[in-house]
Amino acid sequence: MARLLRDYPTEAKLLIVLILLFTGLSVASPTFLTLVNLTSLLNNSAVNVIWAVGLLVVLIAGGIDISFAVAASVVQYLSAYVLDAIGGGNWAIGFVLAVALGVALGWVNAALIHWFRIISIVVTIATFNAFFGLLMWLSAGRGIYDLPSWWSRRLLIWEYQTADGSWAELTLAVGVMLACMAATWLLIGYSTVGRQLYAFGDNPEGARRLGIRPGAMWFIAFGWMGAMAGIAGLMQVNVTREVVPNALYGRELDVLAAVVLGGARLGGGRGSVIGCLLGVLLVAVTQNGLNLLGISPYAFKMVVGAIILVAISTSNFEFVHGKPRRVRT
Amino acid sequence: MTIASPTTKGRIGPEVLGLLGFLLLVLVAFGAFAPRFLTGANFGSIAFQLPELGLLTLAMLIPLISGGINLAIIYTANISGLALAWVLNTQGGVDAGMGAFVLGSILAIGVGSLAGLVEGLVIAFTGAHPILVSLAMMIFLRGLGEFLTRGGDISGFPAFLGPIGHGMVAGIPVPLIIFGAAALAWHVLLSHTRHGFSVYMIGSNPEAARYSGLNVRRTLVLVYTLSGLMCAIAGILMLARFNSVRVGHGEALLLVTVLACFLGGVDPFGGFGRVWPVVLALIILQVLSSGLNLMGANQHLSTAIWGLFLIAVMIVRTTVSRWRSSAKRKDL
Repeated sequence: MARLLRDYPTEAKLLIVLILLFTGLSVASPTFLTLVNLTSLLNNSAVNVIWAVGLLVVLIAGGIDISFAVAASVVQYLSAYVLDAIGGGNWAIGFVLAVALGVALGWVNAALIHWFRIISIVVTIATFNAFFGLLMWLSAGRGIYDLPSWWSRRLLIWEYQTADGSWAELTLAVGVMLACMAATWLLIGYSTVGRQLYAFGDNPEGARRLGIRPGAMWFIAFGWMGAMAGIAGLMQVNVTREVVPNALYGRELDVLAAVVLGGARLGGGRGSVIGCLLGVLLVAVTQNGLNLLGISPYAFKMVVGAIILVAISTSNFEFVHGKPRRVRT
Repeated sequence: MTIASPTTKGRIGPEVLGLLGFLLLVLVAFGAFAPRFLTGANFGSIAFQLPELGLLTLAMLIPLISGGINLAIIYTANISGLALAWVLNTQGGVDAGMGAFVLGSILAIGVGSLAGLVEGLVIAFTGAHPILVSLAMMIFLRGLGEFLTRGGDISGFPAFLGPIGHGMVAGIPVPLIIFGAAALAWHVLLSHTRHGFSVYMIGSNPEAARYSGLNVRRTLVLVYTLSGLMCAIAGILMLARFNSVRVGHGEALLLVTVLACFLGGVDPFGGFGRVWPVVLALIILQVLSSGLNLMGANQHLSTAIWGLFLIAVMIVRTTVSRWRSSAKRKDL
């Protein structure tokens, strides 16, 4: 525990808060600590976690992305069209398609950032609006409900009937989430590219002089984000069984907030996969708890906003006497 | 791009000439393609629509120059408007007097400034990134507003508010006068006061500013407080113009304020940017927006065009500054 606190201070603090929240809610609400509620929490968080680990890679590299959720919508829409045109397809084609389209959209961001030296918040604000505006305009806001059966069929990776007869189950999205977490963990923790991403995020100029190519870093980071955005989009359709162009609008902020709660820092060089999971879970558990306690859903956002504000205020306190970093991207 | 060429510091830099040329181009192009474009009525409506966007852009401008950003401007304006609406409604709604309006406006400005103050304190004293702090504030204020209004509209305000949103004084729309005064105040603040000087220095290099003895923390707190104050004025104006307050109103303007600042030559890394080129950029954007409306572009197409336009502006700026710096190298 002491080692955990030293090496991962934010993650450890987050874990403690999460455990306290769990204990408090278990006492306050009888339905909270049930297998059914906990598995549904995981099912509902899976898509956000997939995005979160993608965004983590961008944040580690010193960038920021707010366009990924609408990019996922674009991927969903294009995939639905392509799959319809080729006569249905299957999961393998779906994954390849979603990843390819997602990477392509991510590379639009990377190209603008690298070739034209535009800071990533400005690029992604612009692409966010361009993607969303074009998608809504071209689709006229219409959803697609006639999807290939493999895509919209609910797949369970685990189920269990509890004593009172209700089913606790984990959907395919949770499995994919675990795979994405593992892949990102390997990428950032155990590959040369991952170490280069941390170095580049922490000090781009220093990394460049060590021979790390900035362009490669941006394309890898935003490519990874794009792939995760595409996969999350694919999974979200599997959960909701429809493609609605504005369904994911606004989700990027929840994910960004969760990743930052999990210890990633704007300005690069820090963050972990487990922090992402804890961050997303903290927000989800808080909302779930407020719901079970019968608090008005209108108050959710306010509470979440306040939590984030408090979290970033307190998690940055150890830097008060250090130098405030001038953040480039 | 981080180093502005010395000419941009001149009174009329090349960016102003470039912007004027671009404005002319836009006017001619829309004049040719949209028959109702070059009419008095259209320019009248532009003059009434500009101030709302303009005040919000001023609220965005100072944080950008200081090297930060304020993503919470729209919701700060909404919440401030809500504070005014609350006072008006408790003081008799349609029958509320002038006193209630003054009281409500003071409260609105207080609320807006408070939101900015909190952001400023967190940014200045914890070193947290402005994107995050203002984002958290935005989520909080949106939640607070939705909680208070249940997502609905609040309306029923006294009739004397109408002229503030729609009236004319000496042939000039009242909102435009308010915006002009605000822009002038911002110009004086940035170019002729110690605080303004500190803002530019901190935007250029916070480290050097601190070693030079500038009070970085106090300046940052003031930057965001002033930004919140300007949001409140925008919120009051929006209330008067639409005779209603809804949380989320003007959400799409956030992108346009950023766009206006960058089109107006503000450095995205901070430290450079002036009020008047930004005002010129605002006029261009408002003209573009009304032209797009007249040509029948829908709301989503406009959103996409703003996004693409922002990308184009940044690409042009990068290309021009590269071309300039390579030309300079040849001179040496």
